[in-house]
Amino acid sequence: MTELLNNDALSEEADKLAPEDGATRASMPPPPSVRRIRPREFRPSDVALLLLSALSAFSIVWILFTQLTLMNGPLGFVVIWIPLFLGMYWLVNRQLFTRQVAIDRLIGSIVTMGAILMMLPLVLLTIFVFQRGLKQLSWKALTSTQEGVVYAGAGSHGNAIGGVAHALVGTLEQVALAAIIGIPAAVLTAVFINEVGGRFTKSIRVIVTAMSGTPAIVAGVFIYSIWVLRFSYSGFAGALALAIILLPTVTRGTEEVLKVVHNDLREASIALAAPEWRTVWSVVLPTARSGLITSILLGIAVSIGETAPLIMTIFGNQVMNANPFSNPQMALSLLAYKQIKLPIQSQIDLGYTSALVLFILVFAVFILARLLGGNWKRRGGSRRSMLSAVRWTPASSMDPTSQEISNTKEGAVDV
Amino acid sequence: MTTTPTETRGGEILIKPITITTKRSSEDKAFRGLAKAAGLGTFVILFLIGLFLFIQAVPAFKSQGIGFLTNTGWHTTGKNPHFGVLSALTGSIIISIIALIVAIPVSIACALFINEYAPTRLLGIFPLKNFLTASVDLMAAVPSIIYGMWGFFVLQPHMTGLEVWLSDYLGFIPFFKNKTGIYTSSFLICGTVVGIMCMPIITSLCREVFSLTPDGEREGAMSLGASRARVIRDVVFPFSKGGMLGSIMLGLGRALGEAIAVAIIISLAFPVNTHVLQAGGNSIAALIALQWGSGGPLGTSALLAAGLVLFAITLAINMIASRIVNASKMAGR
Repeated sequence: MTELLNNDALSEEADKLAPEDGATRASMPPPPSVRRIRPREFRPSDVALLLLSALSAFSIVWILFTQLTLMNGPLGFVVIWIPLFLGMYWLVNRQLFTRQVAIDRLIGSIVTMGAILMMLPLVLLTIFVFQRGLKQLSWKALTSTQEGVVYAGAGSHGNAIGGVAHALVGTLEQVALAAIIGIPAAVLTAVFINEVGGRFTKSIRVIVTAMSGTPAIVAGVFIYSIWVLRFSYSGFAGALALAIILLPTVTRGTEEVLKVVHNDLREASIALAAPEWRTVWSVVLPTARSGLITSILLGIAVSIGETAPLIMTIFGNQVMNANPFSNPQMALSLLAYKQIKLPIQSQIDLGYTSALVLFILVFAVFILARLLGGNWKRRGGSRRSMLSAVRWTPASSMDPTSQEISNTKEGAVDV
Repeated sequence: MTTTPTETRGGEILIKPITITTKRSSEDKAFRGLAKAAGLGTFVILFLIGLFLFIQAVPAFKSQGIGFLTNTGWHTTGKNPHFGVLSALTGSIIISIIALIVAIPVSIACALFINEYAPTRLLGIFPLKNFLTASVDLMAAVPSIIYGMWGFFVLQPHMTGLEVWLSDYLGFIPFFKNKTGIYTSSFLICGTVVGIMCMPIITSLCREVFSLTPDGEREGAMSLGASRARVIRDVVFPFSKGGMLGSIMLGLGRALGEAIAVAIIISLAFPVNTHVLQAGGNSIAALIALQWGSGGPLGTSALLAAGLVLFAITLAINMIASRIVNASKMAGR
């Protein structure tokens, strides 16, 4: 399409350059009206083209499946439909426009399908958790424990199901303790990397990234060998394991946030003769507050759902134990893991309830994180992912003049 | 009064800048010390993980020697204990490879969509870009137990059909052979679920790497008449090769260490299995989760030794990966 545009533009240019050359111009047909084609343009006719290609591919596969071969299964249908649609869409665009347009649109539709495929599991998971868990979710299920629950035969549904109260209390206590231990350490580490610096900055950043990829179960067996072997299974041991998981996540998030704080503010504070700790405590951290809260809450959201390290640290029990410092505790994730392995349907259902409560908890923390971090945006206008592992926001992009420049630049590309 | 240190050269007066040095206050020293301690604390934790796992794993290593890496059984009790992590190791690797095959295309496509194709506001109202980014983050926060349950109860019944088809028509390929006729609890299902769990991390890292492509080159290509597909091929990909590799390796590290989802789906079997459609398999993390509390003191020691092996492998992979990503970020700036 750009080739077309260029030709037209050239001929227009030629018109302007040689207006006196009337004789030759008159004999030629008038130039077609030039319409600017923009890279992001997607007009109603293009939408129609897309839908028609999809529809015709669908019809062909439908005829193939139901009329000719009697194949079945929705998976097979989709597997044949999508390549056929892509091929057809490419061919139509190839016929109507140019090869470049066809390839661009083909890649565009493949990439869009990638995004849809990405979202599909999330949607299906949510439906699954609510469908299976919602019917048992009641005030009774939330307030009773598994105390006295007898694993009766598979036939006896009803009374002796139990609830998730002990697990809910356990999860909340463990995560709170993990946050108390892990978050100050994580914020200090981020402050060290970003504000204090030194010889180890670079290697600590690499270590933190590597540590965030350390399997959760390794944190569990580590706490087992260092703590549980000496003392006993307890909620606190679980909290220690969760703190190890929380630490690198929060560190990376905090580091990203601190980087966005304007350097001018730091310099102003130093110029006022504030000591370094005062600069960090009263200027840098308050400036980064909303982002800080977001990264902390996201770290908590991740650690709420961990199961593997809890197997060997809190062990699990069936009665209420509100003291995290002695005796085994339960957690929602561990309860779900244990229950769904049982052969009795009512017990599996309790696992679903537990998973639903866990999911709602994680979702609530996540939404809270997003809401509190609402005005913290990156330069492209869209919110930054908190999973970011590495620095990338140059401090210069945050000062107002270069921000303006980059905006106008983007305006030029984005149209 | 101090005099400004000056120097004349060829009639011109050059003023030397004065360097002001102040002594750090003791509070600041304490603050710096505290921050440094926290920073070095991460080193210490990693070191302690290695050390303590090793100390606890010594009985297992003593009992089996090098056989711990080459044996396939798991008999930790009785007079002649015989155990090793070979089948668990191969299982972990197979699951991770399947996971990456599932995750890489979808993740990169999704990252490209968010970065290059998605309008900031769909139809002028819906903030599509922000929505997708937030959803990807949410996917990373969804507990692995829920992925595992979904994989076991929902995905597995749907995937056995595909598995039967694969083994019927592609059974001549050694990997797709199925001698048992049982298709549930297979590596393929585990790998698919783990792959879905890896997708958010790879997507968000790739997206960041893509967004670092210099605007100048991008605009240059566009002004030369390149379509978005060409910009992706000729500008975005060459700039983010290293970063993509690093993101994929970080995803690999995550796949190797996934315990719960695999533990729910797989049925533990100790012979080395390379048939991905067949029921029964093993992976290090799932082995630890499933065997915990059984097998006596030596069994616990053996599981801690397996944990050490897993720790060493994932640490090596993640170190290399985070170095690659960091380097490519620095180059991209």
